[in-house]
Amino acid sequence: MDIVQLRQRHYIDFMKSMHIENYLDDQFTQLQKLADESSPDFVYEVVTLFFQDSEKLIDNLSKALEQPVVDFSQVANHAHQFKGSSSSIGAHRVKNQCVKFRAYCEENNLEGCLNCLQELQQEYIVLKSKFEYLFELEQEILKNGGTIPTMD
Amino acid sequence: MESCNCIEPQWPPDDLLMKYQYISDFFIALAYFSIPLELIYFVKKSAVFPYRWVLVQFGAFIVLCGATHLINLWTFRIHTKTVEVVMTTAKVLTAVVSCATALMLVHIIPDLLSVKTRELFLKNKAAELDREMGLIRTQEETGRHVRMLTHEIRSTLDRHTILKTTLVELGRTLALEECALWMPTRTGLELQLAYTLRQQNPVGFTVPIQLPVINQVFSTNRAVKISPNCPVARIRPVSGKYIPGEVVAVRVPLLHLSNFQINDWPELSTKRYALMVLMLPSDSARQWHVHELELVEVVADQVAVALSHAAILEESMRAQQQLLEQNVALDLARREAETAIRARNDFLAVMNHEMRTPMHAIIALSSLLQETDLIPEQRLMVEAILKSSNLLTTLINDVLDLSRLEDGSLKLDNGVFNLHTMFREVLNLIKPIASVKKLSITLTLAPDVPELAVGDEKRLMQVLLNVIGNAVKFTKEGSISVNALVAKAESLRDARTPDFIPAATDGHYYLRVQVKDSGPGINPQDIPKLYTKFAETQTPPNRNSGGSGLGLAICKRFVSLMEGNIWIESDGLGKGCTAIFVVKLGSPERSNGPVVPFASNALVNQIQSSFGGLKALIMDENGVSRTVTKGLLMHLGCNVTTVASSEECLLAASQEFKVIFIDLCMPGSDGLETAAHIRKRFSKRHERPLIVALAGSTDRMTRESCFRVGMDGCILKPVSVDRMRSVLSELLEQRTVFEPL
Repeated sequence: MDIVQLRQRHYIDFMKSMHIENYLDDQFTQLQKLADESSPDFVYEVVTLFFQDSEKLIDNLSKALEQPVVDFSQVANHAHQFKGSSSSIGAHRVKNQCVKFRAYCEENNLEGCLNCLQELQQEYIVLKSKFEYLFELEQEILKNGGTIPTMD
Repeated sequence: MESCNCIEPQWPPDDLLMKYQYISDFFIALAYFSIPLELIYFVKKSAVFPYRWVLVQFGAFIVLCGATHLINLWTFRIHTKTVEVVMTTAKVLTAVVSCATALMLVHIIPDLLSVKTRELFLKNKAAELDREMGLIRTQEETGRHVRMLTHEIRSTLDRHTILKTTLVELGRTLALEECALWMPTRTGLELQLAYTLRQQNPVGFTVPIQLPVINQVFSTNRAVKISPNCPVARIRPVSGKYIPGEVVAVRVPLLHLSNFQINDWPELSTKRYALMVLMLPSDSARQWHVHELELVEVVADQVAVALSHAAILEESMRAQQQLLEQNVALDLARREAETAIRARNDFLAVMNHEMRTPMHAIIALSSLLQETDLIPEQRLMVEAILKSSNLLTTLINDVLDLSRLEDGSLKLDNGVFNLHTMFREVLNLIKPIASVKKLSITLTLAPDVPELAVGDEKRLMQVLLNVIGNAVKFTKEGSISVNALVAKAESLRDARTPDFIPAATDGHYYLRVQVKDSGPGINPQDIPKLYTKFAETQTPPNRNSGGSGLGLAICKRFVSLMEGNIWIESDGLGKGCTAIFVVKLGSPERSNGPVVPFASNALVNQIQSSFGGLKALIMDENGVSRTVTKGLLMHLGCNVTTVASSEECLLAASQEFKVIFIDLCMPGSDGLETAAHIRKRFSKRHERPLIVALAGSTDRMTRESCFRVGMDGCILKPVSVDRMRSVLSELLEQRTVFEPL
């Protein structure tokens, strides 16, 4: 079997697994559809943007929760933003975490928020590493002259 | 003079006789002495006397004669010898001088005589010059009169004034009794008395123009003496016995604009002359003098020129007036037309909206009905309903867009479709109506007609339906045949439209469709009328032809948008009619998978593949979400601008954006307020941007608040590519997004 085909097969499998494990959902597939001749690196750009945004948000969240007097509405806003971004790219698990986060904010449950934040960070780091791996795979396939397979 | 030569008289002298002689001699002497004195005196007085020497001689001769006679006085008595000697000397001298004078006179007298003849000659000459001087003076007078007349005539541009002035001045200058002007009537067969000098209102005398005397006057440009008894001269009723004065007539050419060529004098080939008749006072012995006739001729010419100037001026004033009136009328018409167009547009817009809502309901509900369980007949019926309603929707759109059609700003929705299927469906739609009228319809597709084509399927169907529908409508019995084939270049040339030369290009072909019916046919003269929007040909009274004539005009425009041509042939009344149209279709380069049949999904039909640079504005506070939506819209071919806050949104919002997407996801965000502001700013329905909300949930409350601020739609996030595509299509078609509850 050709190395390109091998890589492609691996790529597809990995993608499938991300979907099955709910790291990514349908929205990501939609995103992939948006890549065309005029913007071939669309997905990469959006995901990178997401990472930058997320890191900022997580930073803001931790800072907000470290305040002596926690402004829960502010925290809720951040969480909402995060939810928005993650749902835009189809980061399913992250989105769910944000939903839970918001719920805690509404209850003004500091403890719950802090726990949630931690889990959120976890999810985010996992997602990020998976994405990085995915992009590496893409680069390898492209380097060897293949095309990125699309999932239908 | 007798001198006595006797020295001594023989007899004693008679005293009386002697006395008389004595006295006579004395007087003679006196006279002889005074004559030279007188001569000298008068000659001295006169300036010129060439013969002085003769005078001297003559003087001497006379003086000597006088002296002789004086000395003779002494010889009557006895006188001495001295006296005798003196006497003799005197006589001798006298004799000498008188002979000399006599000789001299021989020379002089002829000269003097010739002076007399010269004097006579000069006198004659002077008389002649006097006469000529008189003539010149008269001519100069005439010239002055003419100049004055001309000046009077040419100082006005009013025709009546010119003519009246002419008559008055001529009458005054020439001391005429009557002066009249006869003008030709419109028919040119008669002369009508137009102006006279003495009478105030000449009442309709007319004289036929073919009289010999008139022809004689018209044939020369000189003034012609005519008889006072001819019809043109007998203006006033003859009263009493008087000898009418001499009459002269002259022609006045009436020049037209077209007679003036740039470099020529006007050719007198103009046929129209007026006649000027001048009458000298009756009972006077006056006659027409040559200089007076010349004056009349000159005046006639001047009048002609002045009249033509006046005519030109009149003409140009009239034309100007006419233009002004036409301008006013045109302006009014234009404003009325504009008002009418605006009214029509408003009406259509309103009606369109009203019509679209129920249409939309029909389409939506029929498509929903399709989803349910149906028996095959029901399914067929529902599909037919869907097809018809879609066509109706298109028709509504097109009626509204008629003005856009006329501007040429309408674009075809090109897509791939199955040609064969389209034909079959059209036929299926028409078959029920045809079978009711017991007409048979046959469809023949040539073998080279491809299955697939790229073009505007809906509009092509509309054209086909219209043409076949007309055939069915106007045929009472018989059959209708539809023929479709791929046209070759030569066969496409139609003699009626020589400017339509179809050029076959790669990837395109021309489809020729011919619909022949066995109906009553059309009079070939009426064929051009078919294409005008609302005109109908003359139909026999028992024909029930309803509907406006919009159909064929729209078809013609669609066909020309498809770079084709449509025309109707008929062999005449009662011989049926053939409608033929040719359209340019593209051949699909590659097959895009299974071709979607027309009736499968009602909403899919309205989908456009690319939105051609549609300008969209996205307002979203979330960077990632913003980027994703932007990418989505750009993928669909839109021209996207993004803003991150409502301030920026309000700044950027303008009428160049067709759609504005506002993300409502942030709680406490002012997306709705922004939408309300934008809505208020752009109030005209047609050109304002459409505002669509992107919301995390589309529950009733969200949707209600969206519609309350005037948004045109509300979409649930996340949006898939297909979903966005269909949303945009719907938005552009119906200006609202119908979201299933």
